[in-house]
Amino acid sequence: MTQFLQALVNGVSLAAIYALIALGFVIIYKSTQVLNFAQPALLLLGAYWVLYFATVWGWRFEIALLLGVVLASITGIIVERTTLRPMVGKPVFAVAILTIGLNTVITIFALDLMGVEIRQMGDPWRLQFLTFGGINIAYRQVAAIVTVVLLVGLLLAFFKYSRMGLAMRATAFDQEVALTQGISVSTVFALSWAIAAVLALFGGVFLGSGVGLDRSAAVSALKALPVVVIGGLDSIAGALVGAVIVAISEMLAATYQPQYAAFLGNGFSQLVPYLVMFVVLLVKPYGLFGTKEIERV
Amino acid sequence: MRRRPGLIADYQSDAAVFRSNVSRFWFAVMLVAVVVLGLGGTLPLIPGLVDFGLSGGLMLIAVSAVFASIGAIGLNIVTGFAGQVSLGHAFFLGVGAFTGAVLGGTEVTRQVLDLSTGQFAEKTLVVGYNLDLIIWLPAAGLMAALVGLIVAPVAFRLRGLYLAFVTLGLVFIGDHLFREATSLTGGVGVGRESGVPSLFGFRFDESGEVFGIYLSKPQRLFFLGLALLLVMGLVAKNLARSRVGRALAAIRDRDIAAEMMGIPLARYKMIAFVVSSFYAGVAGALLYSAIGRLEPGSFNLLLSIEFIAMVLIGGVATVSGSIMGAVFITFLPRLVKWLAGFWLFGFISESPAGGFITLAQMEQILFGGLIVAFLIFEPLGLYGIWIRVRNYWKAWPFSY
Repeated sequence: MTQFLQALVNGVSLAAIYALIALGFVIIYKSTQVLNFAQPALLLLGAYWVLYFATVWGWRFEIALLLGVVLASITGIIVERTTLRPMVGKPVFAVAILTIGLNTVITIFALDLMGVEIRQMGDPWRLQFLTFGGINIAYRQVAAIVTVVLLVGLLLAFFKYSRMGLAMRATAFDQEVALTQGISVSTVFALSWAIAAVLALFGGVFLGSGVGLDRSAAVSALKALPVVVIGGLDSIAGALVGAVIVAISEMLAATYQPQYAAFLGNGFSQLVPYLVMFVVLLVKPYGLFGTKEIERV
Repeated sequence: MRRRPGLIADYQSDAAVFRSNVSRFWFAVMLVAVVVLGLGGTLPLIPGLVDFGLSGGLMLIAVSAVFASIGAIGLNIVTGFAGQVSLGHAFFLGVGAFTGAVLGGTEVTRQVLDLSTGQFAEKTLVVGYNLDLIIWLPAAGLMAALVGLIVAPVAFRLRGLYLAFVTLGLVFIGDHLFREATSLTGGVGVGRESGVPSLFGFRFDESGEVFGIYLSKPQRLFFLGLALLLVMGLVAKNLARSRVGRALAAIRDRDIAAEMMGIPLARYKMIAFVVSSFYAGVAGALLYSAIGRLEPGSFNLLLSIEFIAMVLIGGVATVSGSIMGAVFITFLPRLVKWLAGFWLFGFISESPAGGFITLAQMEQILFGGLIVAFLIFEPLGLYGIWIRVRNYWKAWPFSY
């Protein structure tokens, strides 16, 4: 039972990280119809800045985080402006492949800055944990969950109540109509990339907190793809639900598979997100909450 | 009236492999040029004056380029002709490569002390059957095609981006399978010997005389690849201009409209997937049989992206474009190495540790950068550039 609960706790905190990365995907997809394969790269780069300011320059973690957020949003805007803007109106597939190319370039750049060894984030939580009825809950896990709840709440409030949020929703609904209503669609595009980059940064920070950040973070970030597919590409609720499903099944597999199904091999839990994705797509081709495309010939 | 090669008045000439005798002529010229390039050092064209051959290292890269072309054509069938994005090409390459290695490779055994009896016993580390090229090469293709057939039902339930995701997942699942099936693949970091390219006892991986001409190992492999590329390129070209190709093009341009016209989507998507996987399997088996060893870790997302880059940079939905792209991408590392020699590019370091950016990293940055640049500036790829250049000179000096 403790084992199960422990897996559950780990799963929920992992879900928080996946949710952060997946939300970035969904926001970009909803507002710009671009599938952003470059999210793992943005994650690495963002997390690198935070760890650079926090450990190399030795600033307070909060200030480092703030500075990282500023830099990440600037990166997001620059990336959108330089490479995605010329592709407006091009086939979705071409743009998706373009972001793969982008991912390669930024990842190499970030990894080169980062070096080969595992880098500490300089976060205040370290590896401290509290024990609660035999279950270990790390501070960083609590921090991740709290941050996600806060960020998601903020985002939802932003979309619901602010003028810009309304503009973003309108753009997601219909780009051309939004344009005719005087909404600056280009600002919406830039803003959604900035938001996605910041969300990725937070994902990276929590992936690296305590245990440290290395190049395997990019692989973990890629698992946000099954998350969005399971939830449906254009659903924020879907991203959250998908994150929970993926993370908990991954953690359960990591806990029980070595005991009960050892023949599946080492590191099988890394595969679980993709297998879950296969099953979900076979049953529901547009994910759990995705809108079914209705097309006219 | 003189015949006008640019004028196409009927469907037959529109679908012809060669539109005119001129293009037939230039194809022949190019083929001869490639053969001469391959014969190179052995053929004393102008004795002691010019060596037309691709020598040493370049020849080896050319061999990889030819084999990669087959794989790129395969990816182009599913992604270019049928418009179904597949990020899972590396998986099919891997299936082909390991099938080839298992059937055409040699068994590796080791003496292991059996603790219960105290006797030494033979233990098989890696399975291998030492079969002939004529068996393992088609088998590699068929095995990959079979796997493609199994995956296809998932694929034709999905469209566009969702398909890209599923094929992405395929790479990760394949990677795991290759790592775990150690008796077939040798395991991570160890790997195994690949299939031996020996056709009816004729070894393509050994140097020696053929019909009185001395051919080195890469030269033999080059001509094997060239022959296969000719056949498989022609098959792909014929596929593209036949009923199947037209159906695939219709699906690519608008799948719903195609379905309304009575094209069975599921069947044609499956054909595209299976044929593409077959090409990938053959290419994978050949690529690694030329190298001699293969390792389960190499069939990752990066390899898929490399092939996507070949298709995109070369030219989507063209056979010749796939070949151009494959040649370009395969020679890219060499190009980068050459560039690194100039002071202007001094920031590229040859050693893995030093400098701002290493060769391998520069290479990947170029992949990514080239994909981005071609998609933005020249969606038709190298093929498009070639067509533009050709059209410019066609009407020269009045080309405005």
